[in-house]
Amino acid sequence: MMDWLQRLGSTSLSVFERLGRGNLFLLRVLAALPSLVPRPGLVIAQLYSVGVLSMMLIVISGLNVGMVLGLQGYNTLVDFGSEESLGQLVALSLVRELGPVVAALLFAGRAGSALTAEIGLMKATEQLSGMEMMAVDPLKRVVAPRFIAGIISMPLLAAMFSAVGVLGGFFVGVGLLGVDSGAFWSQMQSKVDLYDDILNGVIKSVVFGFVAAWIAVFEGYDAVPNTEGVSRATTRTVVHTAFAVLGLDFILTALMFGNE
Amino acid sequence: MQAVRQGALPVSNNNDELIVKIRGLRFAHGARVIFDGVDIDIPRGKITSIMGPSGTGKTTLLKLIGGQLQPNAGSVVVDGEDVNKISRDALFRLRKRMSLLFQTGALFTDLTVFENVAFPLREHTRLPESILRDLVLMKLEAVGLRGARDLLPAELSGGMARRVALARAIALDPMMIMYDEPFTGQDPITVGVIMQLIRMLNDTLGLTSIIVSHDVHELTMICDHMYMISGGKVVGHGTPGDMAHSESGWVRQFMAGLPDGPVPFHYPAPDYADDLLAGA
Repeated sequence: MMDWLQRLGSTSLSVFERLGRGNLFLLRVLAALPSLVPRPGLVIAQLYSVGVLSMMLIVISGLNVGMVLGLQGYNTLVDFGSEESLGQLVALSLVRELGPVVAALLFAGRAGSALTAEIGLMKATEQLSGMEMMAVDPLKRVVAPRFIAGIISMPLLAAMFSAVGVLGGFFVGVGLLGVDSGAFWSQMQSKVDLYDDILNGVIKSVVFGFVAAWIAVFEGYDAVPNTEGVSRATTRTVVHTAFAVLGLDFILTALMFGNE
Repeated sequence: MQAVRQGALPVSNNNDELIVKIRGLRFAHGARVIFDGVDIDIPRGKITSIMGPSGTGKTTLLKLIGGQLQPNAGSVVVDGEDVNKISRDALFRLRKRMSLLFQTGALFTDLTVFENVAFPLREHTRLPESILRDLVLMKLEAVGLRGARDLLPAELSGGMARRVALARAIALDPMMIMYDEPFTGQDPITVGVIMQLIRMLNDTLGLTSIIVSHDVHELTMICDHMYMISGGKVVGHGTPGDMAHSESGWVRQFMAGLPDGPVPFHYPAPDYADDLLAGA
């Protein structure tokens, strides 16, 4: 019993200590962001590796999710004779929930894990120490550009996911199952609100991007500098981001759509 | 700072004969004491080696001099500045005047040899591209790797990687270079090349060199001054000649490579006979 309590106490302390370290790290990264203003090239290079290289995954996943939504939505709506509402169902599902959430989970798996592994390996091979000894702050040169690139990329990837998903739903609903094209688009246009739906979806994706990028760069920077440490850090990035995104999604959904 | 920007010779804050002064240094990793009251003086313009058995904290000492680690007690003064008392900005300014050559080279794996050497120049100067190119080629020529400028670190041998790291280390014309195990794992030709480079760069550029190593033979050939650390303390120091004739058991065991002595062959264990009979 005492052992169990001791382990619980020790684990709790270590969790809070790590949380504190993560927050202090975030403050230092935020303080380093102004140093990027005169050097946009650093951010652009990271936008390519974090954002552009994630596009294929996002597009293919968005298309498939949209097609499944179109098929499942049609099968449900047709029983009530309201298959014309398919456009609304597909668009709202994607813009409000699936776009930001699934894109964030995919982002964590593709870009987040890569960021952690890259920074962790730079630490393990003493590249970060080498940079410090050359009087170059790794937080400014390595971490901050990756962090801001993650925050910028995530909403764009989520928007892309939703847009391609709508096209996937259109292809299945209108192209294969015979839903009227005009009804599909007009229902979507009349029921999807720019502020209530699209803007809230964008806010969600910005928040998820912030959290996913924060976790990814922190885990890399805080990784134990050896093979096993980097491997564990990469796994933690994916797992912690998934928990954080799903938990935050519930909170944000309750705040945004709880009173409807 | 301004002089560094213009590519001048090493800039120093003072003309003190000692470039590094370590006093009463105490440093521990958790319960394990690495240094317990260490005093070391590094003379300016000379090559000084820090020797000691594996695990005595030689690399840790370099990180303490570079301000990457904080001691539990004592002071580390580099070129007149206590690295643990100055601000982060001042520490970074000081680091522009010193270099650390890591055992692994610590080259940036996504950059070519040229870009690795250009890295500190791009970060700390606003030189025109043509001048920067000339400077990088001069540094690479000094280490004999001008022809390898377009290679990636993965395409280099271990010895070549260290030479590129050395070219990068002298990119900003520092006043002092610290070498962490520069000879480890190298073939005899590469060891000879590195030894020659260390001596040549030290003398022609007016540097101060600190070499951390346990390669006694190589160190006695190129060092002006030697320190030996063991058990968290300095157990001997002097010129290579002094060290070769030292009365200290620690120094004699290390210099002669004896398997047993003050550094015991056996890891601490219960009595051998008792241990064997315990299983009977």
